Amino acid sequence: MSTHTLSVLVENKPGVLARIASLFSRRGFNIDSLAVGPTEHAEISRMTIVVNVAESPLEQVTKQLNKLVEVIKIVELDPDASVNRELVLAKIAATGETRGQVLDVVQAFRAKVIDVAPDAVTVQLVGNTSKIADFLTMLEPYGVRELVQSGQVAIGRGSRSISERSLRPVTVPVPPVSA
Amino acid sequence: MSEQITGAQSLVRSLEAAGAENIFGIPGGTILPSYDPLMDSSIRHILVRHEQGAGHAAQGYAAATGKVGVCMATSGPGATNLVTPLADAHMDSVPLVAVTGQVSAAMIGTDAFQEADIRGITMPITKHNYLITDPLDIPRTIAEAFHIASTGRPGPVLVDIAKSAQQAMTTFEWPTELHLPGYRPVTRPHAKQIREATRLLLESRRPVLYVGGGVIRARASRELLAVAELTGIPVVTTLMARGAFPDSHVQHLGMPGMHGTVAAVAALQKSDLIVSLGARFDDRVTGNLDSFAPGAKIIHADIDPAEIGKNRHADVPIVGDVREVLLDLAAALQTESDAGHTGDYEGWVAQLSALRARYPLGYDKPEGSLAPQYVIERLGAIAGPDAVYTSGVGQHQMWAAHFVGYEKPNSWINSGGLGTMGYAVPAAMGAKVGVPDKTVWAIDGDGCFQMTNQELATCAINDIPIKVAIINNESLGMVRQWQTLFYNERYSNTDLHSKRIPDFVKLADAYGCVGLSCETPDAVDATIEKAMEINDVPVVVDFRVHRDAMVWPMVAAGTSNDDIKYARDLAPDFEVEDDWEVRPS
Repeated sequence: MSTHTLSVLVENKPGVLARIASLFSRRGFNIDSLAVGPTEHAEISRMTIVVNVAESPLEQVTKQLNKLVEVIKIVELDPDASVNRELVLAKIAATGETRGQVLDVVQAFRAKVIDVAPDAVTVQLVGNTSKIADFLTMLEPYGVRELVQSGQVAIGRGSRSISERSLRPVTVPVPPVSA
Repeated sequence: MSEQITGAQSLVRSLEAAGAENIFGIPGGTILPSYDPLMDSSIRHILVRHEQGAGHAAQGYAAATGKVGVCMATSGPGATNLVTPLADAHMDSVPLVAVTGQVSAAMIGTDAFQEADIRGITMPITKHNYLITDPLDIPRTIAEAFHIASTGRPGPVLVDIAKSAQQAMTTFEWPTELHLPGYRPVTRPHAKQIREATRLLLESRRPVLYVGGGVIRARASRELLAVAELTGIPVVTTLMARGAFPDSHVQHLGMPGMHGTVAAVAALQKSDLIVSLGARFDDRVTGNLDSFAPGAKIIHADIDPAEIGKNRHADVPIVGDVREVLLDLAAALQTESDAGHTGDYEGWVAQLSALRARYPLGYDKPEGSLAPQYVIERLGAIAGPDAVYTSGVGQHQMWAAHFVGYEKPNSWINSGGLGTMGYAVPAAMGAKVGVPDKTVWAIDGDGCFQMTNQELATCAINDIPIKVAIINNESLGMVRQWQTLFYNERYSNTDLHSKRIPDFVKLADAYGCVGLSCETPDAVDATIEKAMEINDVPVVVDFRVHRDAMVWPMVAAGTSNDDIKYARDLAPDFEVEDDWEVRPS
């Protein structure tokens, strides 16, 4: 078992997320994280799916995904040739005595304070999975009141784009009209 | 400005433009708008008695003709009754378009009367599906649905149309091209893979052509025959592929699998090279996967890349239409043959032929009762290879697969993957609509028959004269067989009492069909011949057979194909000798 990051280009149509989620579930795969959003092309959305599977089931799930009519392209991102980020928002207990220590941690991780209350601060951090995990470990002693985390998004390094070629118009003739 | 029509009119025009000639269905609240223009259409609509019957009829129609089958139903229960046929068509790659009504767009999500999220429900059991709320989308969606259903690996497509979209005014414009950026089936096989396959075929000493239903869907029987005869390689045909290769052919070893012939099972199990053609290494063929064909390399040709390597590693994967694959293989092998390179399979063929002679299909004929296998054997002999045979699921299905004798593709229609009891009668109805000049026999069990027999009314009223042979052993026979073998003969809930209730002859009569009954071997031929003479109404024959007949050979579920039993407690000796392996190549 190992972690794989799949970038999936899909047609921006209703129900496509349900189709993909249902496929993972019925083929017995767990999704570690999933992020969906628009791309530079209005008609295409991009999903970043992180799965923890062995090599041969990954090939099977990729082939099954490719069978979905609304899935245009699937790329597995090589961890060495791509960058990935997650976003975390955390509400940390911070009284007069501990506030300074919490802010030290925030500064050390180059995180941001985005809201302040008399007994808490809300902080934001963007980073990869391990940086976020370390950040939360450091904050835990002060009391994490609430936590929300985005799915991972990832993109390949360099100048190549995975979406440009998939936009080639592919047209098929209509079925024969009966005489 | 283009002509203004209703969405319902646009739907009917679209179905006509897509080539639909027959639709099986039942109207209801949310599909009512579309049934009005359907009345004026050139399309024949056949009003069935249950939506499941509509779906299976569309499957039978598609399987007999190779065209897209179409069924129609209303929202909610109408649509959910199509779930079984859709799942069945998905498993067996049957081109099907199902059109369902949906509650009006404004009411979707409110738990309205007869609302069901049929698009959500059928996502895992369709090749693709749609929900239309804008009437402008109707022509393009119907065109896409027919295209997707019938190309690549065929399958079912559901189009759910909100009642409001059927009622709204719109314009009709049939698309000149479709934009499906994520749908590009590969049909041309890669030349490098064909070369590699050819090389393995010439090196092999024990090859076998493992033929699946894909050969029938791809209309590739002639091309298969060419490759088989060019090489002399033995052929096995799966349950879905019966008829793809003539049963009478000397190279044919029959059906492999759980109830396969000893020769066909041995051919796969002892092979050094399995050439899989439109087959998918189903568990009913492989038995225990880890011990399946341990010495075989695999050439796996399929139009669906996801099938390749799914259950068994493929040494040579070939993605493509199996007809194109066979054409390319034939050309490559011919070139090699012209250069004097041919495979040496003589010893292997001789051994398999000996196995086939030693372990033929057979059955007991108990004194004083009727053997079900005998009935089916005579039916096949009298109705002949030009007839179409459908079946339900269970013992009668296995006997029908073995004892009819198939010579032509599209003449054997059954529910293979899903195993849907009740398939035979509605599928026969659909097949008869598709090929009205052929005799269509539904070979059914007494359990299966009682699940869908109401379609006899549809057949009688709409002049669809099918013939039904009920193999009546008054039991859920296959389940009973497992209880005999694996549950100490404790027959929990498998006794149907069908020789007492219902009276099948009276039932047939009540449905406007001719009912016949037969319970002795002497009367079998005369009864079948009488049924063959009646061509104006459906015929139902109650063949009252003995209930303890079992399906043999058998590989018990989950065990190895090596442990096949030829009959109860009788293991065949199929250790092939490998003396031919030492010949110089």
